[in-house]
Amino acid sequence: MSFDLETAANPKGLRRVAIDPVSRVEGHGKVTILLDEHNRVQQVRLHIVEFRGFEKFIEGRPYWEVPVMVQRLCGICPVSHQLASCKAMDRVIGAQPITRSAEKIRRLMHYGQVLQSHALHFFYLASPDLLFGFDSEVNLRNIVGVARAHPDIAKKGILLRKFGQELIRVTSGKRIHGTGAVPGGMNKHVSRDDRDMLHRDVNQMIGWAGEAVDIVKQLHAQNPILYDSFGSFRSNMLSLVRADGALDLYDGVLRARNADGQIFLDGADDQSYMELIEEEVRPWTYMKFPHLRSLGRDVGWYRVGPLARVQNCDFIPSRMAETQRKEFIDWGKGAPVHATLAYHWARMIEVLHTAEVIKDLLEDPDILQGNLMTSGERRGAGVGIIEAPRGTLIHDYRVGADDLVTMCNLIVSTTHNNQAMNEAVRSVARQYLDGRVLNEGLLNRVEVAIRAFDPCLSCATHALGQMPLDVVLLGSDGQLIDHMIKSHDGEFIRTPALSAGPRIGAEALS
Amino acid sequence: MTAPLLVFGWGNLSRGDDALGPLFVQQLGALAGSSVGSGVDFLEDYQLQIEHALDLVCRQRVLFVDASLNCAAPFEVTTLRATRDASFTTHAISPGSVMQVYRDLARTEPPPCTLLAIRGTQFELGEPPGLLALQHLSQALVWGQRWLDGNTVPKPSVLEHLHA
Repeated sequence: MSFDLETAANPKGLRRVAIDPVSRVEGHGKVTILLDEHNRVQQVRLHIVEFRGFEKFIEGRPYWEVPVMVQRLCGICPVSHQLASCKAMDRVIGAQPITRSAEKIRRLMHYGQVLQSHALHFFYLASPDLLFGFDSEVNLRNIVGVARAHPDIAKKGILLRKFGQELIRVTSGKRIHGTGAVPGGMNKHVSRDDRDMLHRDVNQMIGWAGEAVDIVKQLHAQNPILYDSFGSFRSNMLSLVRADGALDLYDGVLRARNADGQIFLDGADDQSYMELIEEEVRPWTYMKFPHLRSLGRDVGWYRVGPLARVQNCDFIPSRMAETQRKEFIDWGKGAPVHATLAYHWARMIEVLHTAEVIKDLLEDPDILQGNLMTSGERRGAGVGIIEAPRGTLIHDYRVGADDLVTMCNLIVSTTHNNQAMNEAVRSVARQYLDGRVLNEGLLNRVEVAIRAFDPCLSCATHALGQMPLDVVLLGSDGQLIDHMIKSHDGEFIRTPALSAGPRIGAEALS
Repeated sequence: MTAPLLVFGWGNLSRGDDALGPLFVQQLGALAGSSVGSGVDFLEDYQLQIEHALDLVCRQRVLFVDASLNCAAPFEVTTLRATRDASFTTHAISPGSVMQVYRDLARTEPPPCTLLAIRGTQFELGEPPGLLALQHLSQALVWGQRWLDGNTVPKPSVLEHLHA
């Protein structure tokens, strides 16, 4: 079965509109829309057009290299990949539990990472749409424009991000691609000078994070119809939660709620994710479509990330963020909030929470001293799951007796959100594009919906081996000469029909 | 305490001649040694970003350093002006745009900023800097030492190209 608006019944003769590339997201993707002669939308797809291959070239490498290698998946959330791989490798080498000091320093690094990534997304990438409007002047719709029109907001956003980056530098050695976390623990404490430097600013950061929550709340309050309906759709929600149901971004058990808010999966061991989640390949994109096996592909897909986490947990274990969470839940009037733009609100609540947790950790003497490394009996395999800024991140490895990786499977946050992002785009297409003459402002709404998820398309295209290809051969006059599709199981199909999928040709390579 | 002078180079050490910016910063810092005391901050990064506007706060003079495919060899020096240009993307902005962001955020004029562009030719990933580029770097470092001493400051508001 195909989802509504995923595949046009008869694509021949339809007009194709492409948003290529999608801007103000991490990585490269495009949206294609097929319209009939009355501008009625017949097909909408979010395509991920870059191709990486990390899962394959990690195979054969020594396990201790992996936490450094996988950081190259992403320049925005390298810490999440570093820590997820370290958590998996902790299991591989039997280093469980890691020491108290090591876990607290890892948490400090991770919460700093989430803070900086969320600040980057909200202030740099999303706020121009929200502050200026979806139809505003294109030249203004960027962070430089925000700095010009709202210098106070821009400055606080920049400094929040910088604070998070400093936390990463202090704990991992560098602002990006550090080496602090290693299989078995950490290789350095936080120095007293660095701790004092960060602690001086942390109350200010908590204050600014609280103001950021207020900004988003104000936007929702000023235009509730837009914020509640834009790109809205019902879905399941998946995340880690702490064993007692609290929000936890570093560790926990898997929990899922259905669209009505009922918990139907809880307390699931992260090591059993393969029994819970199945990934599907579709021939028109390089990003897979995960779903919960128990529900199947048609209804088993779900959201991850801030919107899911803030609603999946029973409470947030920090005072100010918990107050904000309750207010957010009340906004739903007893039902889960499914509004796509509410991702921003939930994201800023998480910024506030991370700042509060960071303060507690900076005041904890365990980050300055104590054992950093643990060892144990080798197991040969391990899964590490973490709540990365964009959602649940899964690293799964098998390692041979010779220390070399024999299998790697990664399911990154943006991949979990693949179907959800496509649903958001289709919702916007139905609501705003259908039957209308398209202009830049209307097409920007499609991008606004995608941006709300803060997708990292670079992270999400790591697979190799079962990759479908859609190859179109065009003549110099643009006429279709040949069209061949390789499915994920290796089957080739030659078809003259027009396709809007990613192409190996001038379009894909440009 | 913020140092009155800032030398800020950007580029990727693993991308051939793109390393010239950060190499300049590292080597000028080593050449200056303790003689500059707390009078100079040496910073480097992969790309210029909007947040670097805050690195201009409380400076008397700033030197931006980058590798360039387009400048004359061995290097060019340009007095920078704050510009509201369209150079910014999600990932990088120009030094003039950084100055403009400073102006927007601080509501005051940025400190005098100079761009030192060092001629490079090869920017392949995984390659070291080329020999010719390193020669350009050596010559730029001589100029850089004079800049630290305050002997090479171009006249304000005058766009000038000093071909070494």
